[in-house]
Order: sequence, then structure tokens, then C-alpha cells
Amino acid sequence: MKILSIFMGLVSLTLVNCKATAQQPTTEVKQKETIHQFAPLPYAYDALEPYIDKMTMEIHYSKHHQAYYNNFMAAIKGTDLETTPMINIFNNISNQNAAVRNHGGGYWNHEFFWNVMIPNGSKVPTGKLAEAINATFGSFDEFKKQFADAGAKRFGSGWAWLSVDDDGKLFISSTANQDNPLMDTEKRRGTPILTIDVWEHAYYLKYQNKRADYLSAFWNVVNWDVVGANYDKAIQ
Amino acid sequence: MSFTLPQLPYAYDALEPHFDALTMEIHHTKHHGAYVNNVNNAIAGTPADALSVEEICYNIKDYPAVVRNNGGGHFNHSLFWTVLSPNGGGKPSGALAQAIDDAFGSFEKFQEKFNAAAATRFGSGWAWLVVKNGKLEVGSTPNQDNPLMPDATCVGMPILGLDVWEHAYYLKFQNRRPDYITTFWNVVNWSEVEKRYAAAL
Repeated sequence: MKILSIFMGLVSLTLVNCKATAQQPTTEVKQKETIHQFAPLPYAYDALEPYIDKMTMEIHYSKHHQAYYNNFMAAIKGTDLETTPMINIFNNISNQNAAVRNHGGGYWNHEFFWNVMIPNGSKVPTGKLAEAINATFGSFDEFKKQFADAGAKRFGSGWAWLSVDDDGKLFISSTANQDNPLMDTEKRRGTPILTIDVWEHAYYLKYQNKRADYLSAFWNVVNWDVVGANYDKAIQ
Repeated sequence: MSFTLPQLPYAYDALEPHFDALTMEIHHTKHHGAYVNNVNNAIAGTPADALSVEEICYNIKDYPAVVRNNGGGHFNHSLFWTVLSPNGGGKPSGALAQAIDDAFGSFEKFQEKFNAAAATRFGSGWAWLVVKNGKLEVGSTPNQDNPLMPDATCVGMPILGLDVWEHAYYLKFQNRRPDYITTFWNVVNWSEVEKRYAAAL
């Protein structure tokens, strides 16, 4: 892509030069490439069966996530946001329009979500994260209860999160629609290390109205290695 | 006095093939049923127990989120079932047809505006046709808010509503909300909407 745009730049430069008189400037318009990519799903659609079904994963990734990405790309086309890291966009999301907030959030949240799941995960956190969970919530079971509660009580569409705040402390929160804890519109902000999507599209084909069952099943597919690495990075 | 889940005015499969029987059954018994139970639990033993759900909505700022969400859910779904019918579809007639032409230019332009309100409601919510100061307006509300709530994003007397929570269409339409919205027009009970229009004036 980069080679192609350099080539196209040379071609247009040459065309301009052919027609140019001595007075005409020959400035090259640089084609900026976006830094935001639509990453592949890190496992097969059926990899999280029987906890999260294949059809849900396929529609969720190839339709919902893809649409957020496409709409986000359309919303930032030709702006500096094409080359602005997502974290910087979220830091100033209050200055952006609803399309950037909704679709940028949807794009980033889903990619983050795919990466904190894995088939046959290790079931429990280890190391520093395990210690921090015990210190903050009393026990792993109590943490799970509070996290599931945040997911259950989010009315309408949204997400539940485990994040690290500026003081390095763990906290649980939930956000509406496609908002996330990195956004400057959030009451409690921090660096997310674990999340679950509680939009109905994330679970309706398999669980219908039983969101609580989906929240319980989720623990079978959490990728604690990634969550632990997210934690280590966040407290650095 | 507590609220009760109203009977559906038709069978769960009555709106097939437009709205499927499984969606109708879960939507009515589970989702609407839960809103009724939750609002009843929230207002039990409080003065709100003696009020209609409309009265609660009109004064929604006096209540906690649990009443807003579940009371709204009860009112919205109760209205929704009545504006659907197996013999629905077509176009409105009489005074409502005239009012739609006056407000939007034509029935098709009204549909376009209503479809856009339903499609662009991000997340969960409802699209509405309301009567406000004697005139028709189209709008949408998030979650289970509704136009009776004075602080809603669309205020007036609702005469037609479309549920655009994913639970209303996901089993049959999945991510294709626009297809669900198009299908909706086949089951709209215009005689009920006309009745509600006359009452709202």
C-alpha cells in the first residue's frame, strides 16, 4: 500500500511537471495511511463453544465489529484521527462527534474483548494480578460476583470492565453503549484489563433473556494470561 | 395495587412470518414479565403503588432508576403489543392520515422519518410517533424511556412505538435492524393508532 502510494505520488508529480510552467509549484499531496486496522479474530468462530456459540461469534465479529470499524473509518476519513492512537482519541472523546465515539468505541472495545478470551483458558489469574484481586475484592469469588453484578445491572446495551486507575488500583465499572473507561466522559477512568460485552447481540442467540447465564459461562473462556499481562503493563 | 402483565391480544405466532413466535413469546413472558415484576417490587409499600404507570412516567424525576427503567418497560411494551396486529399493515385513514400528510408531506415521508429514528437510535431504545401540542412528531428514546417522561429525548403522547432493543429482533434478524424496521410496517395496527390519535387530541 505504501509503495503504491509513493508510486502514485511520483506519477502525479510527473504529470504536474509535464504541464508545469516555470512558475507553477510542484507540491506533492501525501496520501496518509490510517494506523487503525481491523485485526483478525485470534481464534476460530467455534473455538469458544459451548460457552459462546459459533454463530454468535461469526455475526458478532464479521457483522457488528466490522460495521463499527467501517463506520469509524468513514467518520474519521481525511482527519488527523486517522493517524491518532485510539487512547488519545478516547482521552478527548468529549470533543468528538457521536459517530466517532460510538463507532470508535465499538471498534476498540470488540478487539479488546476478543483478546481477553481463549478456549481452555487457565480458569484463574496468577501472580501479581491474583494478589491485587485478593487485596482489592477479598477473594477471586468475590471479584467474580461483583464483576458479574456490574454486567447484570448495566441497563440496556453496554460493557462491564475491570480496570486499573491512575493510582494502580483495580476497580470494576460498567459503561453504556460503546463507551469505555479510557473516555474522558467516564466518571471513573482507568486502563481496562478485562471486559465483557453485555449488548444483547453478544448473547441473545444462545442465552436470550438469560444474561446472568452468559455472565457465568464467560469465566470458562477468560484468557487470564492476557489479563495478567494487561495488568502488569497498566501498573508500570 | 400492583401491575399485571397484560395478555397479548393475539397468539404468539399470529404475526408470523413478520415477527416470529419464539421472539414474541420470550419478549412478552420474559422481558415484559420481568419489567412488571421489577417495577412492582420497586414500588411495593410506597405511594407509587396506588398510581397508574402513566402517572409514574409523568413524574419520573421523583423516582429512582429502577422505577424509570422497569416502569418505562411496562408502559412501552403494553403499548407496543396493541399497535401490532395479524391484520395490520397498509396505511392509516381518516383524520390520522390527514395529520400525517400535514406533518410530514406524505405517508412515505413519514415512514422514512420513522425508519431513520429507529435505525439511528444507538444501543437500546424505541422509535415513536407522538402527538405534541396537537401536532404529530417522530422521535426516539434510549433504553426504556418514553415520551410521557418530561425529560425524555422525545416528548408527547405516544400513539405508535417500535421497540429497537436487540431482543425485539435478534433471533430472526440478527444484526439487520433495518430489515426488522421494514417488516414492522406489515403488522402495524392502524385502527388502534387512529384510536390513540383521536384520544390524544
